[in-house]
Amino acid sequence: MRTSRIAVAAALGAVAWSGAAIAAAPAPYTVTPDLVEAAKKEGTVVYYTSTDVSVAEALGKLFEQKYPGMHVQVERSGSERVYQRIGQEYTSGIHNADVIETSDASNFLVFKENGWLTPAVPEDVAKLWPEKDRDPDGQYAAFRATLTVLAYRSDLVKPEDAPKTWTDLLDPKYKSKIVKSHPGYSGNVMTATYALSKLLGWDYFKKLGQQNIMQVQSSTEPPKILSQGERPIQADGNEYNVFILQEKGVPIKVVYPAEGTSIAFGNAAILAHPPHPNAAKLFYSFMFSQEAQQLNSDVGGLRSVRPDVKEKSSRTPLSQIKVLMSDPADVRDAVETIKQKYEEYFGT
Amino acid sequence: MSSTAVSIERPQSRRLGNFDLSMPLFLALAAILCVLVLLPLFWLGYYSLVDRTGSPTLANFQRLFTDRAIRRSFLIALGMAASVGVLSCVVATPLAWLVARTDLKGRAFIRSIVTASFVTPPFLGAIAWEMLAAPNSGMLNVLYRWMFNLDASAHLFNIFTFSGLTFAITCYSFPFVFTLVANALDKVPSDLEEASAILGGKPGTTLRRVTLPMVLPAMLAGTLVAIVQALTMFGSPAILALPAGFHVITTKIWSFFQFPPRLDLAAASALPLLVVTVLLLQGQKWLLGRRGYTVLGGKSGVPRRTALGGWKWLAWAYVGTILAVTIILPYAALLKTALTHTIAEPLTWQTFTLHNFHFVLFEFSATQLAIRNTLLLGIMSATVATGMALVIAYLVARRPVRGASLLGLLATAPIAVPGIVLGVGLFLAYANPTFRLYGTLWILLIAFLTLELPAGYQQLSSAFRGVHPELEEASRILGATRLRSLWQITAPLLRTSIVAAWCFVFIGTIRELSATVLLTTANTKLVSVIIYDLNESGDFGAISVLGILLLIVSFAVVFVANRIPLLGGTRG
Repeated sequence: MRTSRIAVAAALGAVAWSGAAIAAAPAPYTVTPDLVEAAKKEGTVVYYTSTDVSVAEALGKLFEQKYPGMHVQVERSGSERVYQRIGQEYTSGIHNADVIETSDASNFLVFKENGWLTPAVPEDVAKLWPEKDRDPDGQYAAFRATLTVLAYRSDLVKPEDAPKTWTDLLDPKYKSKIVKSHPGYSGNVMTATYALSKLLGWDYFKKLGQQNIMQVQSSTEPPKILSQGERPIQADGNEYNVFILQEKGVPIKVVYPAEGTSIAFGNAAILAHPPHPNAAKLFYSFMFSQEAQQLNSDVGGLRSVRPDVKEKSSRTPLSQIKVLMSDPADVRDAVETIKQKYEEYFGT
Repeated sequence: MSSTAVSIERPQSRRLGNFDLSMPLFLALAAILCVLVLLPLFWLGYYSLVDRTGSPTLANFQRLFTDRAIRRSFLIALGMAASVGVLSCVVATPLAWLVARTDLKGRAFIRSIVTASFVTPPFLGAIAWEMLAAPNSGMLNVLYRWMFNLDASAHLFNIFTFSGLTFAITCYSFPFVFTLVANALDKVPSDLEEASAILGGKPGTTLRRVTLPMVLPAMLAGTLVAIVQALTMFGSPAILALPAGFHVITTKIWSFFQFPPRLDLAAASALPLLVVTVLLLQGQKWLLGRRGYTVLGGKSGVPRRTALGGWKWLAWAYVGTILAVTIILPYAALLKTALTHTIAEPLTWQTFTLHNFHFVLFEFSATQLAIRNTLLLGIMSATVATGMALVIAYLVARRPVRGASLLGLLATAPIAVPGIVLGVGLFLAYANPTFRLYGTLWILLIAFLTLELPAGYQQLSSAFRGVHPELEEASRILGATRLRSLWQITAPLLRTSIVAAWCFVFIGTIRELSATVLLTTANTKLVSVIIYDLNESGDFGAISVLGILLLIVSFAVVFVANRIPLLGGTRG
């Protein structure tokens, strides 16, 4: 009698414990032949991303090669645009997207709050991802890390004339020479604007707003503007696009100021109502695999959280760069202020 | 007399056995038009008057006046639109005079090529001008520095300025003034000009005191159309004004859609734009309605053509400059960028690459879907809008039902609704769990139908005025129903106009961006939106390829549409 009571209590305890575990994060999943088969029946995975279109398409192609018969539909826009699109779609009851990935970590807090994500933990994430780089409830994980960097055209600006710190950009000699992307479009720049406004105060942006900058939208664009020669200096822009262009032979140099450079962790997640649930799971797991993360680094110049990704020796290792970390929750709370101040100082 | 008696008698006796569809058609069309036009406007009004919780408030309108950023964007837009209007008129009038009233060689060709330039979407033109006249990398500035051996800071043009934006929009707005003024010049009676000449007026005096005053209403009306076009345009300002650091009202409205969207503010800022557009178009109607004295001597022979003599070189230079600026240079820039890796590279055998074509056609996963959607929507919108416009124009012209003219009013009303305003309205009306049209092609079809119906209707209603009802009456006497005689008699007679209306709507759909940008989702991407997205990430090579594809496809469709043996085209 007594033993059976203990057994019941133990069973109840076990149920309660496993229940708690389910609420925290689902058990890691592996790619089984059944999953691949089911995904192939669905055929397509719709991928909303804010990674540069050429890099995102390369990732899609690698997936299509690995799983013949699968098709990846890449929908690339800026983080804040993807955020807007998902917002419009999910509040209107439209479920088009399977997997989402953007560089604004604060948006994932909103997605999670609204119940727009499916908890899912690929095996590799469970094994290799540090706890700080994944959601404790298993709803998302860091797919990439992006630095938002200061850079210049080394053939148009002499090294001694180049800016070395953020505040150097306020020098009158850089007037009309700077290109900058927009926090209302890019998650990287949203995060960087938050980090720099904390570090240097809003006065920095107020003065930068008087430098007659060229205002572009995406943080993928300033490096391209530099390569066209339209402006010689970028006040912000993706490090990875600089790497891509450097490898094509464009003379661009990155400056990592001693004050620090903003880093943004680009999360990925499966949406709550994916039209292709199995394809979504397969693709999501693939995104964190060694080959995908290595491709991100090799072709895309992206930084990876995964320890076994080998970076090219030409790039400064992340460990040697002083990075500015931003808490996504703080960024989320500051969004309205950032947009408003930005419009005040930069006009748009 | 007896024939009228018969035409009254027979259809009535026939109608008993063969039901006339006029009344149900009228009611159905009236209902459809009301839903198309009034529903989005109703929601726009509703949202502008409630706050986020849904209780009534005037705070949104108050914010329009107190918020400096909104007020500024509105004033800049008005200033920009007025400049575009004036500039379009100044550029287009001499060109119209040259092709309509001088002996310039190739004037018919020039006329058709200016009209054909209408196919270029303004946003594509703006991007092309970005490639040409960005202050440092712009091809024209590079050429300028190279020619005069200047240092890197010198530039001739800067497209990212207020004047640059005005210029880029004018390039694609002046054909409106051109067409109106050239048509008016065709109709100016030569006897008045001859009278002036006989009384000793020199050619210059005649031009200034007789010809110009007579086409003045057309010039003003064209200017107003150009102003409306510029004021309601979204693509070009988004491409050129944002980098320069200022908003116009359309880009401002669009920024309210950033998540979490401020639909209340978007709706409130859209309404003043709607009011200004309605007023401008009312002014235009009033001006064109007064053209009585232009038409007065309308049948007094061919217009006098001024012999240009030695001035023809100047005339050619003028025409050449305009064609270069609006067509040749932009198209060349697109082609060059499509065939090289970066804008900065000159096109040589070494830099020549098909990389961009390969990327767009084989690597970029959105291309096929977008081209298919664009074509599908273009053809569907054009066919449905032309069909509706034909029936409405018929009902209005022949008035078989009392109140038919109301349909004409409803069909022209959307002309006053700016694309972005309609986009906001349609989003509010159909992007809710009841309708769930957002995310489907249907909401885009509704948007295009509403936006393009006026163009189709105006084309066909003027065509109906030229067809005498006697042929239809004959057909009706012989026992055909209204619909049958419309289909078998009237439509074939109007074939050219129908095809023209169809092409107008089709091209209008291809050019549309302002409503589209608010209403597309991943599965309903259109080429225009993809081009816009790519511009935001600076992928000019891909844009150029897509732009060229879009132009080729548009021209091909227009070409085929003019050759399809439709509506009895084979028989006659």
